[in-house]
Amino acid sequence: MAESTSVQKKRAGFKIRVEPRLEEPAAWYPLAVSLGAIVVALILGGILISFAGGDPLKSYQHIAKASFGDTGVLSDTIVKATPILLAALACSVAFRMKLWNIGAEGQFIMGAFGASAVVLAPLLAEDTPRWLFLTVMVLAAMAAGAIWGFIPGYLKAKFNVNEIISTLMMNYIAIAWINFWIFGVWSEGGFQMSPKFPNNAWLPRLLEYAKEYPALRGLTTHAGLLLGIVAAIILWIIVYRSRWGYEIRLIGDNPQAAKYAGINITSNVIYVMMLSGALAGLGGMSEVSGVVHRLQTAPIAAGYGFTGIIVAWLAKLNPLVIIVVSVLFGALILAGREIQPSGVPKMIQGIILVSLIASDFLLRYRIRIVRADAEE
Amino acid sequence: MTQTTPSTPEAPLAVEMRGIVKRFPGVLANDHVDFELRAGEIHALLGENGAGKSTLMNVLAGLYRQEAGIIKVKGNPVEFYSPRDAIKSGIGMVHQHFMLVPSQTVTENVLLGLDDPRFFMRLPEYDAKVAAVGERFGLKVDPRAKIWQLSVGEQQRVELLKMLYRGANVLIMDEPTAVLAPQEIDGLFDILRSMISQGKSVIFISHKLHEVTAIADRVSVLRRGVATASGVPSKGATRQELARLMVGRDVIFALDKKPGNPGNLVLDVQDVYAENDKGLPALRGLSLNVRAGEIVGVAGVAGNGQSELSQVITGLRKCKQGEVKLAGDLVSNRNTLFGIQHGMAYVPEDRNHVGSAPNLSVTDNVIMKKYRQPPISRAGFLDMGAATKLAKELKDAYDIIVPSVTTPVRLLSGGNLQRVILAREISGLPSFMVAVQPTRGLDVGAIEGVHRLLLAQREAGAAVLLISEELEELLSLSDRVYVIYEGKIMGEVKVGGVEPDESLIEMIGLMMTGTPLDQIHKEGVGANG
Repeated sequence: MAESTSVQKKRAGFKIRVEPRLEEPAAWYPLAVSLGAIVVALILGGILISFAGGDPLKSYQHIAKASFGDTGVLSDTIVKATPILLAALACSVAFRMKLWNIGAEGQFIMGAFGASAVVLAPLLAEDTPRWLFLTVMVLAAMAAGAIWGFIPGYLKAKFNVNEIISTLMMNYIAIAWINFWIFGVWSEGGFQMSPKFPNNAWLPRLLEYAKEYPALRGLTTHAGLLLGIVAAIILWIIVYRSRWGYEIRLIGDNPQAAKYAGINITSNVIYVMMLSGALAGLGGMSEVSGVVHRLQTAPIAAGYGFTGIIVAWLAKLNPLVIIVVSVLFGALILAGREIQPSGVPKMIQGIILVSLIASDFLLRYRIRIVRADAEE
Repeated sequence: MTQTTPSTPEAPLAVEMRGIVKRFPGVLANDHVDFELRAGEIHALLGENGAGKSTLMNVLAGLYRQEAGIIKVKGNPVEFYSPRDAIKSGIGMVHQHFMLVPSQTVTENVLLGLDDPRFFMRLPEYDAKVAAVGERFGLKVDPRAKIWQLSVGEQQRVELLKMLYRGANVLIMDEPTAVLAPQEIDGLFDILRSMISQGKSVIFISHKLHEVTAIADRVSVLRRGVATASGVPSKGATRQELARLMVGRDVIFALDKKPGNPGNLVLDVQDVYAENDKGLPALRGLSLNVRAGEIVGVAGVAGNGQSELSQVITGLRKCKQGEVKLAGDLVSNRNTLFGIQHGMAYVPEDRNHVGSAPNLSVTDNVIMKKYRQPPISRAGFLDMGAATKLAKELKDAYDIIVPSVTTPVRLLSGGNLQRVILAREISGLPSFMVAVQPTRGLDVGAIEGVHRLLLAQREAGAAVLLISEELEELLSLSDRVYVIYEGKIMGEVKVGGVEPDESLIEMIGLMMTGTPLDQIHKEGVGANG
């Protein structure tokens, strides 16, 4: 519509106009905007680094090297990404239904407890075959997480108890619960940790295959990653291609329309909270059996459930995008250890987050620069 | 394409819009539209839903920016970036949905957003000022009353008062009569005339022809974003002419309805009691029935239990007493799914909040009641190919205008959204359908389309319960009409076949205001006047 219908007095200058976006943007656009946001964040971070007396380019190189530089650090990045991935998947399915599950942290911890109980209770003897051991641990972890999701889900469905408060509070109960077991019942000689698990209860790691493939030596990436990716794919299929997922999306978008379509919201609230809890619980199992190899509070209750909330949002609740975003977050966490002063990577992390969240604006609005004298 | 004005005494132009262009997704809402408003006239802007009337006026009121074209106020070019700019030039708009703060007084609402008073409210002083403005234009409102205490008609007056207080000379009224009762409409017309007599100009957006011919001096008509008539004197125009300019063809006002052939009893509502959301009795011993192959109307003033009745029938609301049977099966107090699986279709009155999921695609919205069965559902999974195919078929069959079936339905116009909902409900081949206000807010063409679909249902042997506030609609479609008043049926009249006469309408009117049919018969029609 460039055709000008009037000739007016010319005025110099340009105007910036912000207009709500009424059309769906092209498919590539959200990705481009996100990448643009990261670039902007890195530039801002660079300014920050130069203020702190560093060389931004060198620092970024170092960060890149520290998280993706060679197979060793890449493997470490992935190890960090795995628990975030599963926690974010847990959050995404609950958020999809507008159930604000802030309790992935607690469900994650209970998952770790459930998996540990199989070893420590002990439910299975130490010489149980590895496949059986791990399968039972996975099931126990998911069940424990699902129970931790069921409680707030049931309260929400039956008594309309606010799930934000109940899930948040249950995080603290979960921490206290595992503290009770590792301080008392399963304490390793009075230390605040359980005894180490037998090797049969460890998720396979790449370094185990170093004999056949020397390149894998020292790589700690474990099968939890596989669990996470498979869970992401299954969750994608559930959400976008199953009847249940359709119900979840419909309830999330308009509960009244869901009722009108004959969908039982109450039972779905409970089921979705249980699925959410089970996924977070699986994350706990992956961490305890793939990395820590014993039940211990600090490395398990490390805030993965909370990071998962952010990752789920940044990935717009899409399970497959969550895989990518989790790896980026894993890298940021890892880089945080490598760079001095140690505050800087945290700040860069924050800047990237804020930029990504702010870039959402560009998806909903468009900015047009017009000549002040133009009537178009 | 444009009929120009015959030479009437030339009043100066209050507003001039030239070549206005505004686009929305997949739609050119205004395509080089010209519009002129003379000082001191009531100018009706007529058009179907989605014709671009509201868009054009939102541009004039500073809510939207035109993509091309110029606006002149009293001959001076203006640029509006916000409604505040528009009101500075003396242009104020009263929207269909009022923008008032319910807990505040009339004066507080009028002063909202103004720079004066600066800090202390000094309400008594301003109460007097507001009252004075109201006095001048015949707007009777108590300035100290809280908004929530006022009727809809009074709230509309407050909106007008807001604009007049800000010094508006041009008042845009967006479908002001849609929310008003008949006697309130007359009051509004008096107010509009009194404003004109004091030199204000009014733009009156409407799609009701009789109102336009009653109040407007001149009429402009929009059709699909193009002006098909600008500033035609309304005196000379007939309803048929205007309707043709609006929809581009002669609207058939009378529907060709075949004689009814009622079959088996399908819906049987027996002595139902239910409460509304506030826990107050809404239905009080209501009974009615619908047979296969007939349309049964429920007439009544809004809020007499119509919504609750539809919800009890569809299982969305529990009834305390009584029962609803669908082809012999009990459906009341069972879940909604039971009804859906037994051939019940439901066109709810609120298409945005109940009938659709705004952020989901057209495809997701049309499978809402079919996703449980093949071919859409296969062993718990959705066959998206089959779903997309269904959506595309319905899009073509029901003339749904949308760029693609993956478009979220929140981007659809009201008429299009209603077509999506009707397509979904009718394609399920229901044996019974409840339609609540199916044509509310739709334009003439879309209303006719909905009516044809409902009649087609009747001819296909479905039972249709039509709950509506439009008496004309009920009388032209229904075989029988029940009249509901305070949750009870006042009486039932047969309308099928015969041209509704005055005494029938009077009878329905009496029942709608609370006189039971037996009493009317006892006293004789017309006894009450």
